[in-house]
Amino acid sequence: MDIQILYKSGLIIVILLLSLVIAMYATLAERKIAGFFQDRLGPNRAGIFGLLQPVADGVKLFFKEEFMPATADKFLYVLGPSLTMLIALLGSAVIPWGNTLVIGNNVFPLQVADVNIGVLYVFAVTSIGVYGIMIGGWSSNNKYALMGAVRAASQMISYELAMGMALIAIVMMSGSLSLHDIVAQQHGIHWNVWYQPIGFFVFVICAFAETNRTPFDLPECDSELIGGYHTEYSSMKLGFYLFSEYINMFISSAMIASLYFGGYNFPFLHELGMSHNWLTIVGTFVLFAKIGFFMFLFMWVRWTLPRFRYDQLMRFGWKVLLPLAIVNIVATGVIYELFKK
Amino acid sequence: METISVTSDYIPILIQIVVALSFVVVVMLVSHFIITKRRRVRSIKKEDNFECGIEIEGNARFPFSVKYFLIAILFVLFDVEVIFFYPWAVNFKESGWSGLLYMLLFVALFMFGFYYIYKKGSFDWNKDEE
Repeated sequence: MDIQILYKSGLIIVILLLSLVIAMYATLAERKIAGFFQDRLGPNRAGIFGLLQPVADGVKLFFKEEFMPATADKFLYVLGPSLTMLIALLGSAVIPWGNTLVIGNNVFPLQVADVNIGVLYVFAVTSIGVYGIMIGGWSSNNKYALMGAVRAASQMISYELAMGMALIAIVMMSGSLSLHDIVAQQHGIHWNVWYQPIGFFVFVICAFAETNRTPFDLPECDSELIGGYHTEYSSMKLGFYLFSEYINMFISSAMIASLYFGGYNFPFLHELGMSHNWLTIVGTFVLFAKIGFFMFLFMWVRWTLPRFRYDQLMRFGWKVLLPLAIVNIVATGVIYELFKK
Repeated sequence: METISVTSDYIPILIQIVVALSFVVVVMLVSHFIITKRRRVRSIKKEDNFECGIEIEGNARFPFSVKYFLIAILFVLFDVEVIFFYPWAVNFKESGWSGLLYMLLFVALFMFGFYYIYKKGSFDWNKDEE
């Protein structure tokens, strides 16, 4: 028991550090990819290929002057970004990063907590994310920030519905809410995406909206709202908002990979003749490759598609995605019952 | 599938909350006290809210479009209905055709409500309010 607790604590620290480092380098990757898409170089001054750029950005944010508007609600103004960052760091707890490692008589699962309501946990945590943005935008006492915050809130709750509906079809297929079970059932190439293409489509779009990425970045919307909900923020508080967006992107990519693309599973898993521990390690690398692909997809879409208009956004969420997700549930149910055995 | 989570399954989540919280608090304190405290320059004009450089007009505590509240209320209603789907979805494979038909009844009611608010124009943002 003690060794397990110790191991879990170590795993938590490793995963948190890993998600911070990945988020850091995602900012660099984003700028490099933007450079590539716009036929320019991107950051290349700090370190070789600009590899020290994220460190330089972090140090810069630490040394910036801390600004707080005189009319702001001081407690909530600090709480907003802190909450956003905290929530972003909590999502990784239930994601299975790999199978189990067997050392001696001890079995070490590469998952922080295998709770039987894993899907609901992630869902709950992302819902709290709305509060961070809402509190930050409202407490700044700035009109742009307020507009950004109400937009963010109503966009995120709208797309959360369709996201929950898309997940229900997955839960129907697997009969479990535990992410570990859902991933374990997609062994080999039996990935959920082949059985749930519509659900996958809806889920990915909702993941874009939940992380406030283009084409759903209306809360920030720099061409009409200055900076949206973080207009009045500076220093590390702004850093928290920007940074948590990348961590959320990482967690969303991990969720998409686990729910629809088989997580750490890969084809011909057992034909390779490797030992269990090696398979686990290879599986973890495969999972990170899938996550990397989806993070690239996030950036690819950002530098390709223009932003929605607000009424288009709401119309799309409620009139297209929500009915589509319900049709998907019904279709999944009927097809499953017709073709089972 | 038959595993029942005991409280000890949640201890790692608790540890993660503590670690993440301490990270956030430490970074906030470091950025506030150690580095920028003495550098902060304050003046009344500077601490105004940003409004593109012109004199600020009132404050941001004003009523905004009721549509946002409507969306929030619709979200609460629909989210409760989504939550009703989950227990059914977990037991879907055991419940067979009868379970599916009962659920279709629920979906029909759900869609009826959805159709009503659709026709009421709750999702039309650019329609003029009469």
